[in-house]
Amino acid sequence: MNVNQSAPPLPPFGQSQPVYPGYHQSSYGGQPGSTAPPTPYGAYNGPVPGYQQTPPPGVSRAPPSSEAPPASTAQAPCGQAAYGQFGQGDVQNGPSSTVQMQRFPGSQPFGSVPLAPVVSQPTVLQPYGPPPTSAQVTAQLAGMQISGAVAPALPPVGLGYGPPTSLASASGSFPNSGLYGSYPQGQAPPLSQAQGHLGAQPPQRSAPPQASSFTSPASGGPRMPSMTGPLLSGQGFGGPSLSQPNHVSSPPPQALPPGTQMTGPPGPPPPMHSSQQPGYQLQQNGSFGPARGPQPNYGSPYPGAPTFGSQPGPPQPLPPKRLDPDAIPSPIQVIEDDRNNRGSEPFVTGARGQVPPLVTTNFLVKDQGNASPRYIRCTSYNIPCTSDMAKQAQVPLAAVIKPLARLPPEEASPYVVDHGESGPLRCNRCKAYMCPFMQFVEGGRRFQCCFCSCINDVPPQYFQHLDHTGKRVDAYDRPELSLGSYEFLATVDYCKNNKFPSPPAFIFMIDVSYNAIRSGLVRLLCEELKSLIDFLPREGGAEESAIRVGFVTYNKVLHFYNVKSSLAQPQMMVVSDVADMFVPLLDGFLVNVSESRAVITSLLDQIPEMFADTRETETVFAPVIQAGMEALKAAECAGKLFLFHTSLPIAEAPGKLKNRDDRKLINTDKEKTLFQPQTGAYQTLAKECVAQGCCVDLFLFPNQYVDVATLSVVPQLTGGSVYKYACFQVENDQERFLSDLRRDVQKVVGFDAVMRVRTSTGQSWLEKSRRGTKPGRETSGSCDICSPDLIPVASGIRAVDFFGAFYMSNTTDVELAGLDGDKTVTVEFKHDDRLNEESGALLQCALLYTSCAGQRRLRIHNLALNCCTQLADLYRNCETDTLINYMAKFAYRGVLNSPVKTVRDTLITQCAQILACYRKNCASPSSAGQLILPECMKLLPVYLNCVLKSDVLQPGAEVTTDDRAYVRQLVTSMDVAETNVFFYPRLLPLTKSPIESATEPPAVRASEERLSNGDIYLLENGLNLFLWVGASVQQGVVQSLFSVSSFSQITSGLSVLPVLDNPLSKKVRGLIDSLRAQRSRYMKLIVVKQEDKLEMLFKHFLVEDKSLSGGASYVDFLCHMHKEIRQLLS
Amino acid sequence: MATYLEFIQQNEERDGVRFSWNVWPSSRLEATRMVVPLACLLTPLKERPDLPPVQYEPVLCSRTTCKAILNPLCQVDYRAKLWACNFCFQRNQFPPAYTGISEVNQPAELMPQFSTIEYVIQRGAQSPLIFLYVVDTCLEEDDLQALKESLQMSLSLLPPDALVGLITFGRMVQVHELSCEGISKSYVFRGTKDLTAKQIQDMLGLTKPAMPVQQARPGQPHEQPFVSSRFLQPVHKIDMNLTDLLGELQRDPWPVTQGKRPLRSTGVALSIAVGLLEGTFPNTGARIMLFTGGPPTQGPGMVVGDELKVPIRSWHDIEKDNARFMKKATKHYEMLANRTATNGHCIDIYACALDQTGLLEMKCCANLTGGHMVMGDSFNTSLFKQTFQRIFSKDFNGDFRMAFGATLEVKTSRELKVAGAIGPCVSLNVKGPCVSENELGVGGTSQWKICGLDPTSTLGIYFEVVNQHNAPVPQGGRGAIQFVTQYQHSSTQRRIRVTTIARNWADAQSQLRHIEAAFDQEAAAVLMARLGVFRAESEEGPDVLRWLDRQLIRLCQKFGQYNKEDPTSFRLSDSFSLYPQFMFHLRRSPFLQVFNNSPDESSYYRHHFARQDLTQSLIMIQPILYSYSFHGPPEPVLLDSSSILAERILLMDTFFQIVIYLGETIAQWRKAGYQDMPEYENFKHLLQAPLDDAQEILQARFPMPRYINTEHGGSQARFLLSKVNPSQTHNNLYAWGQETGAPILTDDVSLQVFMDHLKKLAVSSAC
Repeated sequence: MNVNQSAPPLPPFGQSQPVYPGYHQSSYGGQPGSTAPPTPYGAYNGPVPGYQQTPPPGVSRAPPSSEAPPASTAQAPCGQAAYGQFGQGDVQNGPSSTVQMQRFPGSQPFGSVPLAPVVSQPTVLQPYGPPPTSAQVTAQLAGMQISGAVAPALPPVGLGYGPPTSLASASGSFPNSGLYGSYPQGQAPPLSQAQGHLGAQPPQRSAPPQASSFTSPASGGPRMPSMTGPLLSGQGFGGPSLSQPNHVSSPPPQALPPGTQMTGPPGPPPPMHSSQQPGYQLQQNGSFGPARGPQPNYGSPYPGAPTFGSQPGPPQPLPPKRLDPDAIPSPIQVIEDDRNNRGSEPFVTGARGQVPPLVTTNFLVKDQGNASPRYIRCTSYNIPCTSDMAKQAQVPLAAVIKPLARLPPEEASPYVVDHGESGPLRCNRCKAYMCPFMQFVEGGRRFQCCFCSCINDVPPQYFQHLDHTGKRVDAYDRPELSLGSYEFLATVDYCKNNKFPSPPAFIFMIDVSYNAIRSGLVRLLCEELKSLIDFLPREGGAEESAIRVGFVTYNKVLHFYNVKSSLAQPQMMVVSDVADMFVPLLDGFLVNVSESRAVITSLLDQIPEMFADTRETETVFAPVIQAGMEALKAAECAGKLFLFHTSLPIAEAPGKLKNRDDRKLINTDKEKTLFQPQTGAYQTLAKECVAQGCCVDLFLFPNQYVDVATLSVVPQLTGGSVYKYACFQVENDQERFLSDLRRDVQKVVGFDAVMRVRTSTGQSWLEKSRRGTKPGRETSGSCDICSPDLIPVASGIRAVDFFGAFYMSNTTDVELAGLDGDKTVTVEFKHDDRLNEESGALLQCALLYTSCAGQRRLRIHNLALNCCTQLADLYRNCETDTLINYMAKFAYRGVLNSPVKTVRDTLITQCAQILACYRKNCASPSSAGQLILPECMKLLPVYLNCVLKSDVLQPGAEVTTDDRAYVRQLVTSMDVAETNVFFYPRLLPLTKSPIESATEPPAVRASEERLSNGDIYLLENGLNLFLWVGASVQQGVVQSLFSVSSFSQITSGLSVLPVLDNPLSKKVRGLIDSLRAQRSRYMKLIVVKQEDKLEMLFKHFLVEDKSLSGGASYVDFLCHMHKEIRQLLS
Repeated sequence: MATYLEFIQQNEERDGVRFSWNVWPSSRLEATRMVVPLACLLTPLKERPDLPPVQYEPVLCSRTTCKAILNPLCQVDYRAKLWACNFCFQRNQFPPAYTGISEVNQPAELMPQFSTIEYVIQRGAQSPLIFLYVVDTCLEEDDLQALKESLQMSLSLLPPDALVGLITFGRMVQVHELSCEGISKSYVFRGTKDLTAKQIQDMLGLTKPAMPVQQARPGQPHEQPFVSSRFLQPVHKIDMNLTDLLGELQRDPWPVTQGKRPLRSTGVALSIAVGLLEGTFPNTGARIMLFTGGPPTQGPGMVVGDELKVPIRSWHDIEKDNARFMKKATKHYEMLANRTATNGHCIDIYACALDQTGLLEMKCCANLTGGHMVMGDSFNTSLFKQTFQRIFSKDFNGDFRMAFGATLEVKTSRELKVAGAIGPCVSLNVKGPCVSENELGVGGTSQWKICGLDPTSTLGIYFEVVNQHNAPVPQGGRGAIQFVTQYQHSSTQRRIRVTTIARNWADAQSQLRHIEAAFDQEAAAVLMARLGVFRAESEEGPDVLRWLDRQLIRLCQKFGQYNKEDPTSFRLSDSFSLYPQFMFHLRRSPFLQVFNNSPDESSYYRHHFARQDLTQSLIMIQPILYSYSFHGPPEPVLLDSSSILAERILLMDTFFQIVIYLGETIAQWRKAGYQDMPEYENFKHLLQAPLDDAQEILQARFPMPRYINTEHGGSQARFLLSKVNPSQTHNNLYAWGQETGAPILTDDVSLQVFMDHLKKLAVSSAC
């Protein structure tokens, strides 16, 4: 652990933060090297009162005391107030306090040690506190001004909900400030202390609402104590109640029962609370359970326990030295806030550089000239004007583009524009397509390209007069002049060989070796295909799909099938010459489903029978793809291969692989070889596939190592997908496989696509050589117009790097044999030259593809971004989710070439630089020991940690090489929403909210502490779905969910919930279904019982905790991050 | 004289052997001076309805280098139960089974009339006959349809337990699996890639270790005696299946663009067929039957490119060394043929197309393996259909007229050695004491393999007299030769046919008359022709002709009676009288003349010439011409232009063609419709007579000849005119001053001129 190394620097920090050193030592003294470095804590706690307070409850778990300390020590009114507020606010302390109370005896010992620090704390804090506060206030004001213009709409929201977004905070500064204080976040006022000040004022205003809540806690209070230790409870509650007034809103967000809190403040608090009561209790249990977990860890570190006990009063303030998990930025909270603030109104894309709502928020998009965030999301919507600035900030400038993204039914899919024979209108110089940003001049006779500033003539048939604002009169009649996304019908110039493409084909290629037969896969698949071929993707209102189908089975030889409609029986043609693959038949291989139905059905009936007795265990792989590709080539069409494959291809053939899995390589310099393909043959093959527009989807059913890293090369480079079903068994995995298969077959795909991203000031270089060689490619549409000796124009920004499932034969064109609505391309930009703040930066993503019906089209997405000269603007308009998407992809590609450790370090360094830059340039001066995170990036550390401890970058013992390779390639084409949930799984309590509530229960943070053993939770990350059952779940719940009488009778590892007719069962199953519907892959359910073997698997996904493989807990990582930042700053 | 003719005929009837000399010159020197080598035409499986095979095994000479078989020529000591080998003089004990023999109780092989005897070997597993159809699908629709029907029909002709297989080819090669129900399954190979036998077997899954772990599904019947059963199935099991399969055969579906030939992978298809059988049934009687409708256009063995504008090679191209693919293709097919021969299988080629199909390159496949070669215009002709049907004709015993995997061994008494053989055989490279150093034909061995043979298959076997002049053979001594043919009978029995013959030795100096009288000029002509044709395969045409001429002149010098330098005095005895005429026609025959023949045709003619028996060979050399007229019964007439008369109907049989030619007057009569008038019924009969006779010939001959019915002035009359001796041409028409006959427009010399020259040269002392 890097963290360990931090020990030496301790002293310096200690000096700066007298309070904490002591604390740290005490806390970590026991675990010298092991866990979190003391320094980070100190630093963190010190500066941010909010944190300080929060930590105690969370970290020490002892500490209801947290409130006490502020109270007792609070000398400075403001500061203390802040403390008090925060402490409790964050704590939401119902649960934690109870926990603490229970723990209390144990935690008391802390008191003694901390004592000294406690005393010093206030003093130290105050000095720091005040100055910053003033500074921050100004900063905040500034922020308000800036944002105020932007977010006029928000204030009401902000007022209502106070806390959530930074913008909101700016507008509704007072009430919210408290909240912000608790987080390091606030744009301007990351400093909790500062907030503290602010908070001090707000409390008064907010008092009324709080009062309401106040009462409730009070009412809860008595009960609570009864539940737990009396003394402590009293204290604990007292604290919270006091603090609450300040932070009416704050508790809700963090609170485990967030929903209630949210509602609490505005309306009917008492009932809420009362209703929560049981919830709390449960929570207590829950938190109690997990608390035990951590305890052992921390127990040892705190040898001084006895002493702590001696000072019951003061100790409470002391414990805060440990970071309170509730106090550190919570993804759940952020998501929830964004949902509440931005979910209700449509996102209108008219204005330049707007930050869209988070991916986790449901929102509608109104296209008014910029592409919907469903198509393009950027790491920042405000791009530094100069490369120096960009370098300084280190914030990667990237766009995550999903050109064919599926839209919700409420949003119209892009209009198709037909410009007739002349084809789409483009800039003569840079070849950018007509878009809303093009400026018409000279009365509409010409237009100036918004990308390269070239003045072009408007063709006569396109001419239209301008209105008084200089806009074309018909602007709103033409999608390409008014929308961010639209499609052009391509002319024959855009087609391969100058021929309109024929409709694409699907070829199903089925492994029929022994393993596939034995597992029942072949039978299952054939049965399914019989009906599935009726649901091939269609275009628009087409009666039937234009797609033709073909079938191949294989083991170490290939069997092609002639299913020509005129045949009475299908004919099988075996090709054994795998070394030199070819397609044995032309006519009858690819057929129209409706014409050949009888023959196809007969074939699918017979395939399982024919191979029922097979003993062939060897398979080939590359020749199979080769065959499919050759078949498409022979048929002169693009298409998709669906490969169903079971084993490592060891049969003698091209692309033969050997088992090279070697766990010993992990954590060595050679680890990267595990991610690299064994042979270059597959790359070559992929290249051929791309040239033919042959996309490969691979379904793997391995029982052992199959070398996913190599097998997935072709799918990866051809824009295909890989699905992996380890140890496939029909009974267990049928549902998942079939669901994936159905979805994969039915989804709309674009074939033989080329994507190009143009950026403003037209960085389109046209090399003379390219034009002739690639007819029909996107770039060459109407080259004849352009001057051949065009000199590349100095550009603002330029797409320099691409991540995703595709192939690139040059540096600009992304070639995709196939592209579906799930595939995402992440593009990184670099500065070529200065950007203009006024004109901003424009992106145009053009995708030339062949639709399912064989129509050649161009899809255009335009996006305008702001440019800034102030770093603060950059940080204010960032999207952490997108950033993580980029960073994960960057890191996952990095492992191919560098040791994993290097990759991890690079990530951490970059992240630290980003944050340090912010701290240095944007945040108001404050103690060096204070961790200040930009509001938009306050989740960066937690998410980054998740990336760092993901299987690829830090594999646990149980993670196979194949799993890592699989995940690696999966992530490569994930969109932002997918990476978000993949790295930070959603954990949903099922029994917390009333059964009747129709909405999804609010998520809780992915940490064991958040689980209560009386509850049932669902956890999903887009790939896995767990149902965790606490050991002391009510019997009734067990009965109604599992139809068994007790916890012990629940089958561990169960993958299907019994269908029972009771509200709970219905609700849970409904929830599971809706979760599955949200994801592009079917998530197989695994029921995990508390304390069961399988729980290990489950815990792997509790990403805020320390992982078994050595991944840091969130808290530890945050500290580490802080340390890094401080090193950079000093 | 008559005696010799009878003797020769009797010998031929009994033993299927005709020697060029029936009395042998007793010394090497004398023998070489005889010009025509001591040789014989052997028809190993000559049909002998009167020869029931014996059901026991032959008795062999115990000397390991000899192993001759007990025969009537052996001296037997009945008391001591010993016999002396007449080749090596080894004395051998009779085996125990022969204890009962005595002068009166002789086993068949000791009786003189059993100089040819056939043994049936009971040992060894009998394996069924195998027929592997290799079918070209790049055919015209009606051609393919006809072929499919022929093939389907053939299934009914096959013995029920025979194994059949099917390979089709076009651009790809498909090996059809016959055992599967429901779905028809085939293995497909790229037509452009040559594969080794090992690869082919791997790809067909024939090399699997014999059925691993059979327990898995006990329910399944395990009747899989051969791995290959998937491709080769007994007819009775799958005839329905195969009939359907053949019925569903489609033309090669790959598009053929304008100006291109279809891509036809004959070379690979054959290679796969060979590989399939090689891996599954080595040394078992099997026929690979290739049906092709055009030249191979891709892959190994390709004969011509697919560009139609480049025509297939002609003799002209070959002479100019302009045939790009010929050498490579020939090499490919030779390699295949040798492999096939090694495995004891044979390859038939049925090529039906208007253009050439690459027989020149592929000929070795049939030649070396004893397969048939059939050339026709279309599969939709009776020529092909009936020829093909005739393959499956049966003999008087109801057995197929075909035998497989034969080895012919020749043993000679010590004064003789074997110089070689010419016929549908390959050398087995067995050196032995009776192998001559001089090679004539395929030599250097005393054993040959004949993978496929029928009752008419005839080999020419050439000997060398090695007895030195100074060690004369005792008066009345006889030389002996034993032919041992082991083969697989069509009833799948292994059989051995043994023919032992003996001829008298004569001193050429003192008994030349004797030897002369015993000359078999017909056999000699054919044997010399075979030598000539054999040479022609590897040498330039003119060289061969020169060689033939020189031989003829030398023979005439040796055996003619003449005064030096006086051509008019030249006479030949009766036993030589026809010989020069044969040579004349041989010189003009398509076997040695390539003019007006395509390379394929030449190959085709030569193929048949090298395997037919004496009678048929003679017809090929010198076609037979019959005349039908009102002047008398049908009679053979001279093959001469003078025989072409207006009031005659001529019937010419060239073996390959049957031509009926109506003389000018007859043709006019027919045109006038006299034959339909009751009062001219005799004319009708006259017209009918040659047709009936032709029909008779057609019925008997394999391959079926091209049947041509023409008349004076008809374009098809050229077949007749090109064959007859051009005694009257546009050059000498008036010189002869005769009114009969038809002038032939040719610059070829006539027989008369040829004979004049021959006489002149024979009597000249210059050479």
